[in-house]
Amino acid sequence: MASSIPASVPAEALPVDVARGGRVTRRTRRLVAAGLAFVLLLALVAIAAPWLAPHDPVRQSLRVRLVAPTLAAADGLAHPLGTDHLGRDVLSRTIFGARVSLVVGFAAVLVGSVVGAALGILAGYRGGWTDTVIMTVADAQLAFPFVLLAIGIIGVLGPSFPTLVVVIGLSGWVDYARVLRSQVLILKGREFVDAIHALGGAVPRIVTRHILPNVLSTLVVIATLQLARAIVLEATLSFLGLGIQPPTPSWGGMIQEGREYLDSAWWISIFPGCLLLLTSLVVSRSGDWLRDLLDPTLRASRLGDGDADPRRRRFVTAPPDAHGHLRACRARSPHRS
Amino acid sequence: MRALAAFLAARLIRALIAVWLVSTVVFVVMRLSGDPVPLLLPPDAPRSEYARVAKELGTDRPLPVQYAVFLGHVVQGDFGRSIHFRLPAMRVALDYLPATLELGLTAFALAVLVAVPVGVISAVRRNTAVDHVAMAVALIGQSAPTFFLGILFILLLSLKAGLLPTSGRGDWTHVVLPALTLGAFSMASIARLTRSALLEVLRQDYVRTARAKGLREWRVVAKHALRNAAIPVLTITGLQLGTLLGASVVTETVFAWPGLGRLAIHSIYNRDYPIVQCVVFLSALVFIVINFVIEIAYGFLDPRIRPR
Repeated sequence: MASSIPASVPAEALPVDVARGGRVTRRTRRLVAAGLAFVLLLALVAIAAPWLAPHDPVRQSLRVRLVAPTLAAADGLAHPLGTDHLGRDVLSRTIFGARVSLVVGFAAVLVGSVVGAALGILAGYRGGWTDTVIMTVADAQLAFPFVLLAIGIIGVLGPSFPTLVVVIGLSGWVDYARVLRSQVLILKGREFVDAIHALGGAVPRIVTRHILPNVLSTLVVIATLQLARAIVLEATLSFLGLGIQPPTPSWGGMIQEGREYLDSAWWISIFPGCLLLLTSLVVSRSGDWLRDLLDPTLRASRLGDGDADPRRRRFVTAPPDAHGHLRACRARSPHRS
Repeated sequence: MRALAAFLAARLIRALIAVWLVSTVVFVVMRLSGDPVPLLLPPDAPRSEYARVAKELGTDRPLPVQYAVFLGHVVQGDFGRSIHFRLPAMRVALDYLPATLELGLTAFALAVLVAVPVGVISAVRRNTAVDHVAMAVALIGQSAPTFFLGILFILLLSLKAGLLPTSGRGDWTHVVLPALTLGAFSMASIARLTRSALLEVLRQDYVRTARAKGLREWRVVAKHALRNAAIPVLTITGLQLGTLLGASVVTETVFAWPGLGRLAIHSIYNRDYPIVQCVVFLSALVFIVINFVIEIAYGFLDPRIRPR
């Protein structure tokens, strides 16, 4: 962004600190690439699930109930991650479960980012009453445990794919709105926006052609952090029986089903759970790295830590500050916000 | 003094708006769920009976009137009668509140008592193995889904090691695992934050001065650095308390802890909506009140935040 070092400046010409920053950037870039590769791999697995999965994920077989991970079960087939209480193959179910996690995750992020970005840009650009109303609602949403409300809403409306996506998506709109609003506030005061205004550019055009491209990298960072949140939230709701309904395999649902057999057949819960944990960890770390990479002004590189200045975190008394809030997005739990 | 009053008033108004929005959402969701009358009656009930119940519940009146009546009841803490318990919803919810408070406060105490020392050690022993391990664990703690963490704890500490009971509420051993699960995220956040806040302070000139005049390192850290690092840590710590109390639904379900969260889930399954509304409202209220108190406390603690 504005303060990033132009690529044309040779490394020797830079102060030592910045040169070291370059090394950090290279490392960060690799880490982001690794994170992206992980998500792509998971997406490929999800798409190719019918071909990859060794068995039908919903076919029950009482002969091979609760079989421990084995390559040759009583039915003569391999169950590398064991079978569950209905004799369904845990590996196949875990592979199919990736579909639910990713589809709900990405759809929810799409809903949240569209709503959040639109409202954030609107609030920042229009200011005045529009801004006050939008930000008051945003503050109010941050001020109560949305997950509990989500549970209430889904509980009453009944779990379905659209409900799930909308509720999970809307649970995250505030993050987009707050960060984009403050970025738009800064951009709005810049000369190029004034210049386009003076040249007679229409507001929708300014927003879509000139504001949006400038906030896109921030949007991507928040979306990544939100993806981790959405995936965990979906799993949590499925675990509570309020998400994707059986027999469709989902990681959260599998963990729930295996809970009763934890003592005798730990593999039912633990394998999908570990994959969920890994996905959440990798995606949210990728968001952190992406933030460091795309917006060097946000990097607290001297400390090697993204949470350097907590005064700028999500705290309603702090001044509206895009950078601080972007850090704070990470600081919010998937289960609580 | 007047500035302070204005500051308090602004916070109070914001808190009230939040409470109002919560109750409005509760109302809208309740309406969306459809007509509650058939839920209360046997399928073969005569039409006159439907009309009577509708009149009793007030669902025969126009929506804006219903909304006004609803808000009036909310102000009085009246969410109707539980279908399952046959008692006022608020009374049932209040019965379950102490268990949630016990769990939340234990989790909070545990999180702070573990996280602050870990953060300090990590900062002082920066870039050593201790620091790396502690921060790696903290990162996992921040990303791990609460419910899966609970399952892992049950499997490893309870079923395999046999150290602690798996579920329910009883003597102090029962609260350890749920509190650890619920507090894990806060613990990780507070530890990371303590570390970075302390590192930030340790770079300051006055710390160098303190070292230069020959103070022992622990004295520099304890007396000069830690006090200055405390405010940001306190803030986040306070916020964590609010989230803990408001959101122990998942933990309570995993550990069969008889608190508000489990009551909410059970009531959803039983289609006992008065209870659901009441619990959502009550938790939001606790959360909002705590945030309100923290904001005010923070305003007093940090003169930079206080309005001039």
